Amino acid sequence: MPDWNEPIRRQLAELKLAPAREAEIVEELAQHAEDRYRELQSGGATEAEARRIALEEIGGHELLARELRAVERTEAPAPVVLGAASKGRFLASLGQDLRYGARTLRKNPGFTAVAMLALALGIGANTAIFSVVNGVLLRPLAYPDPGRLMLIAETSPEFSQMSVSYPNFLDWRRESRSFTDMGASRIDDFNFTGRGDPEHLSGEYVSASLFPTFGVTPFMGRSFLPQEDRPGAACAIMLRYGFWKQRFAADPNILGKVLTLNAMSCTVVGVMPPDFRFRESAQVYVPIELYDGGLLRTRESHPGIRVIGRLKPGVTVKAAQAEIASICSVLARQYPRTNAGHGAKVVGIKDDLVSSIQPTLLLLAGAVGFVLIIACANVANLLLARSTSRKREFAIRTALGAERGRIVRQLLTESVLLSLGGAAIGLLLARWGTSLVLTAAPDSLPRATEIGIDPYVLLFTLAVSIVTGILFGLAPAFLGANTNPQESLKEGARGAGGGRHRAEGLFVAVEIGLAVILLAGAGLMVQSIWRLMRVDPGFNTRNLLTTQVALSPTVMASPPSVRLAYQQMLARLAAIPGVQSVAMTSLVPLSGNDDESFFWPGAGPQPAQDQTNSAMFSIVTSDYLRAMQLPLRRGRFFTDRDNLASPPTVVIDEVFAKHVFPGQDPVGQQFSLMFLGPVRIVGVVGHVKIWGLDSDDTAKIRDQIYFPFLQVPDQFMSGALAGQTMMLRTGPEPLSMVPAVRAQVAGPTQDQPIYAVSTMEQTISGSLAERRFTMLVLIIFASTALLLAAMGIYGVMSYAVTRRTRELGIRAALGASRQEIVGIVLRQGMRLTAIGIAGGLAAAAALTRLMAGLLYGVRPADPATLAAVALLLGGIAMAACYIPARRATAVDPVSALRCE
Amino acid sequence: MENQSIDREWKKGSAELLLLSLVEAVPRHGYEIGKLIEQRSEGALHFHAASLYPLLYRLEKRGWIQGRWVEKSGQRRRRYYKLTPQGRTVLASQRQGWRTFVEAISRITGVENA
Repeated sequence: MPDWNEPIRRQLAELKLAPAREAEIVEELAQHAEDRYRELQSGGATEAEARRIALEEIGGHELLARELRAVERTEAPAPVVLGAASKGRFLASLGQDLRYGARTLRKNPGFTAVAMLALALGIGANTAIFSVVNGVLLRPLAYPDPGRLMLIAETSPEFSQMSVSYPNFLDWRRESRSFTDMGASRIDDFNFTGRGDPEHLSGEYVSASLFPTFGVTPFMGRSFLPQEDRPGAACAIMLRYGFWKQRFAADPNILGKVLTLNAMSCTVVGVMPPDFRFRESAQVYVPIELYDGGLLRTRESHPGIRVIGRLKPGVTVKAAQAEIASICSVLARQYPRTNAGHGAKVVGIKDDLVSSIQPTLLLLAGAVGFVLIIACANVANLLLARSTSRKREFAIRTALGAERGRIVRQLLTESVLLSLGGAAIGLLLARWGTSLVLTAAPDSLPRATEIGIDPYVLLFTLAVSIVTGILFGLAPAFLGANTNPQESLKEGARGAGGGRHRAEGLFVAVEIGLAVILLAGAGLMVQSIWRLMRVDPGFNTRNLLTTQVALSPTVMASPPSVRLAYQQMLARLAAIPGVQSVAMTSLVPLSGNDDESFFWPGAGPQPAQDQTNSAMFSIVTSDYLRAMQLPLRRGRFFTDRDNLASPPTVVIDEVFAKHVFPGQDPVGQQFSLMFLGPVRIVGVVGHVKIWGLDSDDTAKIRDQIYFPFLQVPDQFMSGALAGQTMMLRTGPEPLSMVPAVRAQVAGPTQDQPIYAVSTMEQTISGSLAERRFTMLVLIIFASTALLLAAMGIYGVMSYAVTRRTRELGIRAALGASRQEIVGIVLRQGMRLTAIGIAGGLAAAAALTRLMAGLLYGVRPADPATLAAVALLLGGIAMAACYIPARRATAVDPVSALRCE
Repeated sequence: MENQSIDREWKKGSAELLLLSLVEAVPRHGYEIGKLIEQRSEGALHFHAASLYPLLYRLEKRGWIQGRWVEKSGQRRRRYYKLTPQGRTVLASQRQGWRTFVEAISRITGVENA
């Protein structure tokens, strides 16, 4: 198409119109000329003829200038706003910038849409992750003065944090002066009967002081009274709000009603407020002194009790920690057998709640920041490309007296407008993304119900979008404003300075570098999961169904009847067609639970605590070996003859054998167990990764002891055996057996529920949930990064090919082959890629160290992963460069030269 | 030569009326206006761009028509002109004037009855 602008502009030159007006007239007449030109050509005129006629009609014989003079002469030149920055004019000019910016964006819908979409992806992902970070890490807990609420945990040589022994809690509470009060709680399961089908309830034993320590008053009724938290007191219970609403249809007359829990008649005295979120699984609360485990009064037992304290005003965590430590050392002197080496740790309850997820969330927050930077670099490149075509506009404005700062501001206003638009779409994406994150998030994610888009999130998004807008607008704005008006006007709309290309190349390299980092992170996570899935847990995980069972209140009365009930239940389950073997255990491997017992050599009395060892302790039935398909290394496993009538026996694992009896045959050896006294080893089995596929190798306590169920003494029968788990090895798909299992567990009285039903494969999958979540989110981020980086390099190379049309045309005319032309373009693109990959690899080697804690079986900066990432990115960049390179071979030398 | 100048005078007198009429119902761009004049006059009237656009600008300055850039996808943007309320009043009175004029001429020359 001929260039119409120049001849028309020449004709108008003598009129000396205002530049804006001139540009408008030129544009309109050029459009007319083009229409006419096409019409003439379609009527059979040659190109040259058509061009001549069209031009003649527009301005032949200076008619145009003459006619226009009469009209336009009288018109005042368009007002020029100079860059005066007086305060009064600032707002006016800002408004003008905004209007002009909005108009400019509207005029380029394609550019605006692409840029906004890239930004929406970046800002939306950041908003989604921030709303999780905000809800989990930042937002204060919903208690009065939550910063003063502390978790006080016991410590021992083996555990940096363990559950508290109840007598220790009582002593701490009595002796400490740093806390206004302390409360204790213990999760437990309750059998809820007497109202329709039996139900298993998750509940919590709490001290009467717990809710006052939290500063929480009940929604209805009252908290527990001190006299209700005494051994032998009549059972009072409080209900969680949601449980009261769902199970009792928010019965307003619930107070004073009597419910049957674990065969106890309990009177409802209160309902907790709806926003009480401490241990959200609990549905009922019972005074802790009613916990009848026999374990509450013994100082050596640590039955899962957590202690919460509220710091007195003016007391620091450090001071409280020091005071509790001194109390602990007094207790250690007083009770060396149980307390030697034990201390306490004071930590804010929020820190405790979120400490395990914090590194993951911070890692994701960092990763999502990279995605945003990549999006910014992409948009910056789009803006750069556009600023070239707008060079004349800036040149004219500069020529008319606009200051450089004013033009920079105009351009920044445009980019901030873009990012605000992106943010608006991003917020929608974030709403969707947040719910996606919550679906994919592990169940262990604390405070998940508190995640949402609140004013802080909105503020964050606004701030991010403004900063983003300035960030990606800055380079294009400065490079755009930095034009020499004379040069720009002279060279027309073509060409651009070297600064621009350097910036473009830099942005692409940065994008690729960041994509390398994200891909490396995702790659390392994938490898970790892949390796973890291949870790042998020590037993056969396939076709293994686990379910917890609750006993009928009618059999709970005496230990022998409990023993009999479980044995009958096992027999009924074993008779189900398809069940190959069934066993009962107190501890399910990989479930996140643990149970330890102290042991010491010989048959003497228990020495001081710091002279005992700890081992993982499971109470199992005789078919456990078969059900789990554990390898038997030496001796034998239990039989039903290992009962109360025979001397106590244990089976140990190979780690225990190697650790305690190195070079000896452990079978036949004797040692002593806490509560149980001397026991004799009858067999050695393979080690099971009870702590988890990843953490078991590094756990402090790895020795394992199995104790036969039939030898559990009467006094521990009711407490130690609450919440037993049935393990069923099945022929068919395990979950298909659930209805039969449910029917057989229910028993003759039909009041024994099953709960927490799972396959072992699901349990293992759950144990990897947090890592898998991190991997999933990183993969999403890395793919987005890859896509954006590919778009970035494609855009820059396409533009470079357009810019080099003439050069490539000349090369083609001089005989360069297609391959050589492709090679030229590819080399240019791959040079940028190589710089980006090199920088990215160096950064990834450093940054992946931050995720060392999430990795398994692969080191950060793993050379194989980094190499794979470099290859993948290189390949994709190559493909992205190849398309414009192919296009370059299509350059027709003749027309390329004629364009000049 | 003489005929040509008469032609030009005729056009000048009627041109404003023609342009205003053409943008009365729908907004149109300059090229379309030029084409319509040529088609509807069956080639008798022809405006070159050099005179069409200055005339459009003049009418716009008087506030009788208003131009607006409109962008359609896949095309360069074009300037569309539409009649303003003031232009509508002017058009009505020019139409009336033209009708009176033509009738007067006809009565004298007998063209109509011929």
